[in-house]
Amino acid sequence: MKFPSTLTITLVFSAALFAANAPNPPEKITDVETIVNKANLTAYYQGKDGKAKVKMTITDKKNQTRLREFIILRKDIKDGGDQKYYVYFLKPADVRKMVFMVHKHTDIKKNDDRWLYLPGLDLVRRIAASDKRTSFVGSDFLYEDVSGRSLEEDIHELIETTDKYYVVKNVPKKPDSVEFSYFNVSIDRKTFVPMKMEFYDKKNKLYRVIESKTVETIQEFPTVVKSVVSDLNTGSKTEMEFSNVKYDINLKDIFTERYLRRPPREAMR
Amino acid sequence: MIFSKRLIAFVAVLVATTSLSAVAQEETTNDFKAFLSNLDVHGFYEIRSGYRTRKDKYEKDMSIMEQRLQLDLSSYLDWADFEVKSDIIGDLVEEQADFDLREAHMFTSPLEFMDLKVGRQILTWGTGDLVFINDLFPKDWQSFFIGRDTEYLKAPSDAAKISLFSDLVNLDIVYTPKFDPDRFISGQRISYWNSNLVRLAGRDAIQRTAKPDRWFRDDEIAARLYKNINNYEYALYTYHGYWKSPGGQNTAQTLAIFPDLNVYGASVRGNVGKGIGNLEFGYYDSHDDQSGKNGNINNSELRFLAGYSQEIGEDFTAGLQYYVEHMLDYSQHKNSAPSGLTRDRDRHLITVRLTKLLMNQNLRCSLFTYLSPSDKDTYMRPNINYKVNDNLAVELGANIFFGDYPSTFFGQFRNNTNIYTAMRYSF
Repeated sequence: MKFPSTLTITLVFSAALFAANAPNPPEKITDVETIVNKANLTAYYQGKDGKAKVKMTITDKKNQTRLREFIILRKDIKDGGDQKYYVYFLKPADVRKMVFMVHKHTDIKKNDDRWLYLPGLDLVRRIAASDKRTSFVGSDFLYEDVSGRSLEEDIHELIETTDKYYVVKNVPKKPDSVEFSYFNVSIDRKTFVPMKMEFYDKKNKLYRVIESKTVETIQEFPTVVKSVVSDLNTGSKTEMEFSNVKYDINLKDIFTERYLRRPPREAMR
Repeated sequence: MIFSKRLIAFVAVLVATTSLSAVAQEETTNDFKAFLSNLDVHGFYEIRSGYRTRKDKYEKDMSIMEQRLQLDLSSYLDWADFEVKSDIIGDLVEEQADFDLREAHMFTSPLEFMDLKVGRQILTWGTGDLVFINDLFPKDWQSFFIGRDTEYLKAPSDAAKISLFSDLVNLDIVYTPKFDPDRFISGQRISYWNSNLVRLAGRDAIQRTAKPDRWFRDDEIAARLYKNINNYEYALYTYHGYWKSPGGQNTAQTLAIFPDLNVYGASVRGNVGKGIGNLEFGYYDSHDDQSGKNGNINNSELRFLAGYSQEIGEDFTAGLQYYVEHMLDYSQHKNSAPSGLTRDRDRHLITVRLTKLLMNQNLRCSLFTYLSPSDKDTYMRPNINYKVNDNLAVELGANIFFGDYPSTFFGQFRNNTNIYTAMRYSF
């Protein structure tokens, strides 16, 4: 099992935190940058901190399943800026009590800082930066999926505005750095929650889909509590479910070596 | 130094008792109910078997053949966390059943700026990857060499760890009231170079030791002062105790001994380029032989480590370390050591770690290699681990030793080269 980058963490968490402060009824926005910025801010920085229990079910094409369960804590240093993440693993049994911690830096010149704590050895390990498009803990979610991807990486184009969604096409500025040629995101006009992401390969064939299956309002924030990613090439899919989602829990700075070695109660239950 | 060691120990005990008595007023019965309802039970069952690939006349052909059940019980109350982790082992090599209490401790935060962990615990600090300079907590080299899980390289300490935190700097103090030595190579399971017999030896010459074992007198104290500055982790260390594995022998040369050892060191770790770099240094003051004249006691040393690790491909990481042990009173060592048994002044060591994940990260292939150009010996640890499902993992690995000389650190183990397989069910 491998441990997530900030981007995936962001992805995982942002799915839970996708929330809106959109007007009602929604006005029709035509500027794509406004839409993506709004979705981005909503996705990453809702509330000043938050907590969720995450259950991931990975189902391969033979219908064999593997389960991952963890508690994730997030704290923003600055709205739209740096963040800290703390992930405490509950399942499977062989990674229970492991902790993964990230200090995410939005400055693209600066690497994120990542730590892993192995309780059996009482070992605090620093993890070298990893490829952003590899699997997160063996699931179909990648380090850099939906929201982990910097807005600076792509050219955005508003290709359609339906009654419910803004559909934005994203084309990478550096096509050689990724395996897709572009991806489309359907953003809810009212909540700014991205409801569907569709990735197209170099031959313009659809091969990956990420969908928000269930959205609930938690503490006034619309929150994706269930999402699914399907890999159409491998026939594998991963379902991610959120429970015990809480925002603004007044988290102190637990993102230090002290709490790596002794997970705080907030992280464990 | 003795005085300060006692003083710190006294303060530690005082702080521990005060903080405990403060919380002991809780209603005992309610606590007990809460304790039981919060109880969490996990663990694993494992079968592990391995054989030597070369004939070793001093040891059995079986290098490992055991079943192990680990139970990890944890619970908590408002004021403290508790954990007991124990292994029950059926060992066919030593033909015995064994019980290994790995952890049994209480953790509490009596003050906002203070953590306290008391009892049997696994302790680790320092920056090396399977190389230790300032980490003088007990290691189990025997487990490491016969192919148990890497987790077993760390043997437990019976200690109190007090951690103090501030914006300026953080401090850990570990007090071990009775010396906890390494589970060192004694000849029981692994044959070794016996300098008195001037040959390899094993079960025919199991090392007998005179171990410091008086409570509160033969104690150890280790401290770490550390600070994170822009995610560069700086630390200063000190240790006052004994050589953790035998560091000499008595004058009659009948018993291996653990001479006094003081260590002073420092380390730094942080981002370097696309990877993580670390530097660590330690001065080993072999206190019972400061002049280096006693051929029966380890020389004082300087130890230095530089390491770097980076992801070099998809799910593929590499780590490289350079480590050196430099003897400080080499001429004295050369004059006093029995002829033909002198070491090189410097022992250079290079380690290489390669880890690749495959099949949705369910298959892990790794190779850790220690290579000493000065000792002309090598130790390789290949391992393949496959997770059949969320509970079951199977494993295949080996411990491979090469060496030009029979007396060098890894060269002495060349007849212990072994291959092993394991199956573990975690719950």
